[in-house]
Amino acid sequence: MMLSPYPTSGERIRIGLLWLWCGLVILFLLVPILIPVPLSFNSGSFFIFPLEGISTRWYEVVLGTQRWQSAIGNSLLIALGTTLIATTLGTMTAIALADEKFPGRRIVMPLLLSPLIVPVVITAVGSYLFYARVGLASTYAGIILAHTALASPFVVVTVAASLTGFDRNLMRAAAISGAKPVTAFSRVMLPLILPGVLSGAAFAFVTSFDEVVVVQFLASANQRTMPLEMFIGLREKLSPAITAAATLMMVLSIVLLVVANLLARRGQRRPRTAA
Amino acid sequence: MSALEPSELDRPALARGRSAADADLRSVSAAIRRAEFGDRLRSLALAAPLLVLLALSFGIPIVLLLSRAVYDPTIAHALPQTSQALSGWSGSGLPDDAAFLALAADLRDNQARGTAYELAKSLNARLPGARSQVLKTVRQLEGAGGKPPLEVVKSVPFWSQPGTWTAIASGTHSVTSFYLLSALDLRWNAEGSIERVPPSQAIFLQVFLRTFLVAAAVTLATLILGFPLAYLIASAPKGLAAILIVAVLLPFWTSILVRTAAWTVLLQKFGLVNDLLLWLGFVDDRLDLMYSRIGLIIAMTHIQLPFTLLPIYSVMRTIPPSQMKAAYSLGAKPFTAFLRVYLPQVFPGVMAGCLLTFILCLGYYITPALIGGASDQLISNFIANYVNVELNWEMAAALSFILLVFTLALFGIFARILGLDRLKLV
Repeated sequence: MMLSPYPTSGERIRIGLLWLWCGLVILFLLVPILIPVPLSFNSGSFFIFPLEGISTRWYEVVLGTQRWQSAIGNSLLIALGTTLIATTLGTMTAIALADEKFPGRRIVMPLLLSPLIVPVVITAVGSYLFYARVGLASTYAGIILAHTALASPFVVVTVAASLTGFDRNLMRAAAISGAKPVTAFSRVMLPLILPGVLSGAAFAFVTSFDEVVVVQFLASANQRTMPLEMFIGLREKLSPAITAAATLMMVLSIVLLVVANLLARRGQRRPRTAA
Repeated sequence: MSALEPSELDRPALARGRSAADADLRSVSAAIRRAEFGDRLRSLALAAPLLVLLALSFGIPIVLLLSRAVYDPTIAHALPQTSQALSGWSGSGLPDDAAFLALAADLRDNQARGTAYELAKSLNARLPGARSQVLKTVRQLEGAGGKPPLEVVKSVPFWSQPGTWTAIASGTHSVTSFYLLSALDLRWNAEGSIERVPPSQAIFLQVFLRTFLVAAAVTLATLILGFPLAYLIASAPKGLAAILIVAVLLPFWTSILVRTAAWTVLLQKFGLVNDLLLWLGFVDDRLDLMYSRIGLIIAMTHIQLPFTLLPIYSVMRTIPPSQMKAAYSLGAKPFTAFLRVYLPQVFPGVMAGCLLTFILCLGYYITPALIGGASDQLISNFIANYVNVELNWEMAAALSFILLVFTLALFGIFARILGLDRLKLV
């Protein structure tokens, strides 16, 4: 916020206060997420500043012990499975919905978004109840299915956004030139909407990788994911290993979401109105 | 799909009097219609896999859960003979001996099938204290020797209380409003009308109220913190705005669990927040911020701040700065210009941000579970607790039902007055 060319003293005070307030708000936003980073390199066993010394011992715990290793493995397996299914099906659905004549488009879109609206505990408890009956509780397939429901809306939204800049005449041109629909999709449409698809995939991956509530209800003891291991750790006893795990998870989601947003921006020709 | 609409081809001028051309034209329109039908079918086929998967993995589970709130056949299944015997009961006083005999027979059947505990638990959900009485009666029936079953049942005073039989009779109807009413601290009384449960048994209205109050406090806090920052970002030069928006997005992109973990570290008795408060001289002694309401609200405010800020920001950046300058040059004081020119235009963004945060707060689970104390648990935590600890699915379902009704109603308002497009944050 800038001063006008000839500021009055009232204006100086107002804008000074605005800057001060916003500075404090930014500290409030950033300090909490940055705090675990130095603590994760602490050589002591407590969360108290000043640090006793610098060490990577807590990263060795997270990356080196069997418990955390299997949690990381489970997380990756579930997130990759979710990403694969959500991206494939979400892209197909977004392409179908991009057609203005799609029957019931106005009803389908809110339905697709509903997994984001329903409180996650309800989704988790409902999945637990139903999946137990059909033999999907405590299976990777069950967790991946439930995560796909939570992740696919992001894919549909990002791919749909990238399709707004896609010229459908290209598909007609491909068809006239003799390309079969699948060829036209893979050689003409996919390369053009690829940034949107990859961005949706990154969103799906992060959604699944960070998810803890559904996993808490559906996972058996040896299917614990990294967030679930963190949740349990936070409930039982606070160990600095959790700050190391938190730092790793934070870096992963921030990197993926930065990439996802850059891709989403590239995939769209028109400038976006939202941030 | 097609640029040529059939209606355009059907223009009379083209078709009039030339029967051959007319027939051609008709076959062309038919072909276009066929092609469009094929297109539509292909679109449906493309969307179908995800829709089917969502119905299976999300739709059916939710419907199944909600149905548990109003449909509970456990007692009807466990007590078939008693149900039969009670069908002619007036509902007041005690039923006749036939009902007692039928109950004794049903209890023994349940014991034989190994379902006695399930029955006891289910009856206990409707009638506190029933579990031990049922199990006691079952044991006595087993070890009765030659004593007639009627006497055994009548010797347990529990079965001669009128409330017991009212509960059994209502349990024999599989469709029940009992759990939904309980979730609102209501019940049917003996006269057949709905009344409040006695204060000693009331739990849930207080929890709903707490959930709403926490959500309102967090919404207000995010607005107070977020509105000025949104204004600053919207009016800053491009480069600075980009840096500031990253400061908002970094926490936004970090998972709720990680941010909650960070706050559990910060809010410790010897954590950074207490260090800061002591250093600033605001407090004389370290506060217990963990497992407290204020700690929960601080952490939730941090998590929700971007959700409130981003919709406000996206409206603010569409407002040209020249408007405020025009207001000043027309003689408006800064405050008047802000109130009369700026605020009315950003109001939809403020509404969108605040409603979104409020709705999301109603469903909070992880943060209250980790940072809240026993008296700061929100409605989602009670739902999880009924599933994990109490194993009372019906109560969990009823609370879910009511939480979902609130959530969907608020989202309906959101979609109605603001449009679903405002939901896109990133």
